Amino acid sequence: MSVVPAEVLPGAGMADGGARDEAVLGARARLWPSLAAVYRAQLSRARVARIPLLFVATFQSIGIMIMMRGVVAGGADARSVVAGASVLVVAYVGLNLLAQYFGQLRGSGGLDHYATLPVPASAVVLGAAGAYASFTVPGTVVTAVFGCVLFGLPLAHLWVLAAVIPLSGAALSGLGAALGLLAPRPELATLFGQLGMSAALLLGVLPAHRMPEAVQMARDLLPSTYGVEAFARTFGGHPDWAFVLGDLAVCAAVGVASLALATWAYRRAAVR
Amino acid sequence: MCAVRGLTKTYPPVRGRRGAPGTPGVRATDDVRLDIRRGEVFGLLGPNGAGKSTLVRQLTGLMRPDRGSVEILGHDIVRHPERAARILAYLGQESTALDELTVSLAVETTGRLRGLELRQAREQRDAVLDELGLTPIASRPLKKLSGGQRRLACFAAALVGERPLLVLDEPTTGMDPVARRAVWGAVDRRRAEHGTTVLLVTHNVIEAETVLDRVAVLERGRVIACDTPAGLKERVAGEVRVELVWREQAPLEVPEVAALRARAVESGRRWSLRMAPEEARAAVATVTGGAAFAALDDFTLATPSLEDVYLALGGSTQGLVKA
Repeated sequence: MSVVPAEVLPGAGMADGGARDEAVLGARARLWPSLAAVYRAQLSRARVARIPLLFVATFQSIGIMIMMRGVVAGGADARSVVAGASVLVVAYVGLNLLAQYFGQLRGSGGLDHYATLPVPASAVVLGAAGAYASFTVPGTVVTAVFGCVLFGLPLAHLWVLAAVIPLSGAALSGLGAALGLLAPRPELATLFGQLGMSAALLLGVLPAHRMPEAVQMARDLLPSTYGVEAFARTFGGHPDWAFVLGDLAVCAAVGVASLALATWAYRRAAVR
Repeated sequence: MCAVRGLTKTYPPVRGRRGAPGTPGVRATDDVRLDIRRGEVFGLLGPNGAGKSTLVRQLTGLMRPDRGSVEILGHDIVRHPERAARILAYLGQESTALDELTVSLAVETTGRLRGLELRQAREQRDAVLDELGLTPIASRPLKKLSGGQRRLACFAAALVGERPLLVLDEPTTGMDPVARRAVWGAVDRRRAEHGTTVLLVTHNVIEAETVLDRVAVLERGRVIACDTPAGLKERVAGEVRVELVWREQAPLEVPEVAALRARAVESGRRWSLRMAPEEARAAVATVTGGAAFAALDDFTLATPSLEDVYLALGGSTQGLVKA
């Protein structure tokens, strides 16, 4: 219950005339601190939504590898299956789940919360994308190790995941964020995310050389392919590191472009 | 501190799809003019769909109006919507952005995104949680809380990083009386200490009467009246309200009751009538005696409320809440 009469308040009465002068604006949140705050908040969501964010993708990839074990004996095919299944974890979480998250946030009006805070658009997008890329780390590592053991591949160069996860994570979660924020309805965001994930599954896990030419071209257009290729190359006896770097550079470029697109889409979605 | 002139926003018509009829264009806010003074609790009262939230979204820079101007503390919000976030704190109706965070982290993160340093954000978080009695549930995710507690946690997030203007869209929805008192206590402290201005959206007439300094009554996107609650009630001062609740159905065979029906607003078994005091006495005498009394479940005689003002101004009764 309000007990303070308006007249006795500090500054009351000067209201309408005084409004001509522009008041000092509150502080703006700076990029890095707000990015860190969004990242930390998003990361903490894994505690509440542990199963969808951390486990589902891993089980799915491990299941696919076990299934493929019956079809693929070893050699180049086995490498691409393991690499594809590992990057699929990134596609599932970064692309599919992030597209759903932003789609729902936009559809339900949850973006209003961020839009009425003085925070740079890029901090919200990068913080969320970074957190989703981080969610994929345990699943991708577990999938890769399990796959190497299952198909008898060397574990020596698994360290390359330290580059593959962040770069393909940037590319795929950037794409996921952009899809989620651009989709006019949350169901469409879910659909696009699901389709992107299915594409990463079909074009990434199944060995490319058995596919028709049209499918191989589609494969070249998908950003996850370059993450898969980079990772698959490192299973060989003497990996050609120049090609690995080239593939990762494509991931990085797609990541920058898609995150920029997502930031633009966020600004567009925030004010209607 | 906040001046709104000629604010108009029309939602375009939606074309019908197969089997579903289209909806015509809706003027959600229609030439709205408001002046909110510094340090007051200003209310927007109206039923659902009256345009309250659309109006608030235009004041907070979330939506661009088709026409008109919004000036808050001298800043043109239509031209610079991004400045709104640096002047005001907004509590919207949705909490999806915070749902999976703990109360503590939701408040702290909001503070940081409002430009506070980490240490400040944590100090203010602790102070606000303590002030609102949320400390015992600080480590629980919003999603796991009851609707009222979740709302209170979102209110806490709106308070960190002090702003001169608080825009609260139905802040007390689902809250118990203790939580409501915490909200209005916190609002009053900020008014007394910092001269904070509050813009409150509500469809609760009791709340409007008790907490607002001035209120604008909205109906179909238009401001149909704007005054203090007492000033508005003076417009219907010559009338009282009679509420009749019938056991099963109204005894229309009693001629006096049949005559009352023409003037009653019916909702189920409840009749609501506004009439002059002497008429009301006669009506009460009729229904508390004879055949009508047997059919009567309950009746009340009350001085007019803001709901009566709203009805007297030509509003349609549906949607206002008395609680």
